[in-house]
Amino acid sequence: MRNAFAQQITTLAQQDPRVVVLSGDIGNRLFDDLKAKCPERFFNCGIAEANMIGMAAGLALSGLRPFCYTITPFLTYRCLEQIRVDLCYHHVPVVLVGTGSGLSYASLGATHHSCEEMGMLRLLPNLTVAAPADAWEVRASLRAALQSPGPVYLRIGKKGEPAVHTAEPAFAFGHAIPLRPGNDVAILSAGTVLPVALATADALHNDGIAAAVYSFHSLKPLDTATLADVFQRCRVVATLEEHSILGGLGGAVAEWLADQRQPQARLIRCGTPDEFLHLTCEQEEAREHFGLTPVALSQRLRDGFRSP
Amino acid sequence: MSQPASSDLGLIARQLRLRLVQMSHAAGTPHLGSALSCVDILVAAYWNILRIDPAIPDDPNRDRFILSKGHAASALYAVLAERGFFPRAWLDTFAQHGAQLAEQPAPRCAPGVELATGSLGHGLPVGVGMALAARIQKRDHRVFVCLSDGECNEGTVWEAALFAPAHQLNHLAVIVDYNKWQATGRSNEVMSLPSLHAKWAAFGWNSIELDGHDLGALTTALQSVPNASGQPTAIIANTIKGKGVPFMEDDNNWHYRIPKAEEVTKAAQALGLA
Repeated sequence: MRNAFAQQITTLAQQDPRVVVLSGDIGNRLFDDLKAKCPERFFNCGIAEANMIGMAAGLALSGLRPFCYTITPFLTYRCLEQIRVDLCYHHVPVVLVGTGSGLSYASLGATHHSCEEMGMLRLLPNLTVAAPADAWEVRASLRAALQSPGPVYLRIGKKGEPAVHTAEPAFAFGHAIPLRPGNDVAILSAGTVLPVALATADALHNDGIAAAVYSFHSLKPLDTATLADVFQRCRVVATLEEHSILGGLGGAVAEWLADQRQPQARLIRCGTPDEFLHLTCEQEEAREHFGLTPVALSQRLRDGFRSP
Repeated sequence: MSQPASSDLGLIARQLRLRLVQMSHAAGTPHLGSALSCVDILVAAYWNILRIDPAIPDDPNRDRFILSKGHAASALYAVLAERGFFPRAWLDTFAQHGAQLAEQPAPRCAPGVELATGSLGHGLPVGVGMALAARIQKRDHRVFVCLSDGECNEGTVWEAALFAPAHQLNHLAVIVDYNKWQATGRSNEVMSLPSLHAKWAAFGWNSIELDGHDLGALTTALQSVPNASGQPTAIIANTIKGKGVPFMEDDNNWHYRIPKAEEVTKAAQALGLA
């Protein structure tokens, strides 16, 4: 997905002279093409992420359109105040792209994990928060972000994430992308776990349970129209994310659900638990460890569907 | 704009100081000592240096001045009003319910206010971004950022200080209002600040140390921006907290203390404006 980011941002920089790319000393060969084509609008900001975000605000206040890129925990946890004050309070059009999100860097330990940041950022007024599912959605969300008048946070994967779409989908923040129909269960998936959601739906289908699947990329703004539809139509709605079940997509949907008056479907939040991962492993094993696999998830959703 | 006589500026500075004492009293807001110490820096900048036009506050080619020490916002407001960016009457409702001018500035709260400040350490990174933007957009305006000495405790100040010389941002300048006090202690004791002049020079800045109440010295230093060396400029302005009102000078009680009516009168007398 980071390659898709680099390619798309290079295209955007060539098309739009306002685009500026700020990198936190990462992306070893990633920006070679951008540096060759638009050298005056790429900056390696060093390992000083808070300053990078402040500079982005200054660039945006001057009429430019900055994109900040580094590994997700360093972009978000480290810089929460800069995001809040420089970007959200000032309501400036800066796009933050966090790479290696969730458990992409599982083997490097929790310093390199981000399973709390969507929850944290969702609390900030004026911020768009989204998790594109694959390279197609990365490209589309970058273009959508450039149209946004306010700050945007995109959490992307690293490399090797499978493409789910076969062509670029219609994309708008706050509008979930339906991928499969189904009236029994609905799986709302945010980010790179989308293939897991689809495989889970396959497993449920084998048990005679019709599961709809959505790429529910946007946590903020939240697609409440789709929520109203699936919670009325299905018996179980599951949220799925490589993120804590606290505060992320599951949290956002739970808050929406709490405000509804009529009886609704049951919500099952699937994600990482409220704990750090201490196991030395790769991303796939990390997902297994936390039950974010088609086998484990289909079991949970089957039980949820069948019990009263 | 023709340069006013220094005696005129001296009078303007005294009048501004009295205004700040009055504002603090009327609004019941603290940080008077911090506001008084940077008045001369602001006067030198806003009367002798900045290429700005109060009639076109959003001119993309304007010089930018960021008062990063946002707790001294009253000083910025008083200066902007005096320069004609907005009516002086706005100062009368400073920090009151529904006021345009809050105790610390909100984004775009008034013409001439470049940034919502109040959290220290944000002004310089933003200023660096503005300087980068000017280069990209091929504009030759300058960016000035006034920091407090306590603010130099913040790590982001030094992140920005490392970045700017690496990119030869010579249209950027920092002025440190070095009044030797921060909220609860002497700046040189809370953190190992001295020598600020040597520190900024070591970071690659064209560093100048001067008397922060000498309008002539301030003007000369500010006029050197953009510096011919190609480096950003750091002006370490030695100042006195509470400057101009003798019973407030170098007394850190006036970081938080709010003047009573009789103290406003005393201040007016001390400033020769009673």
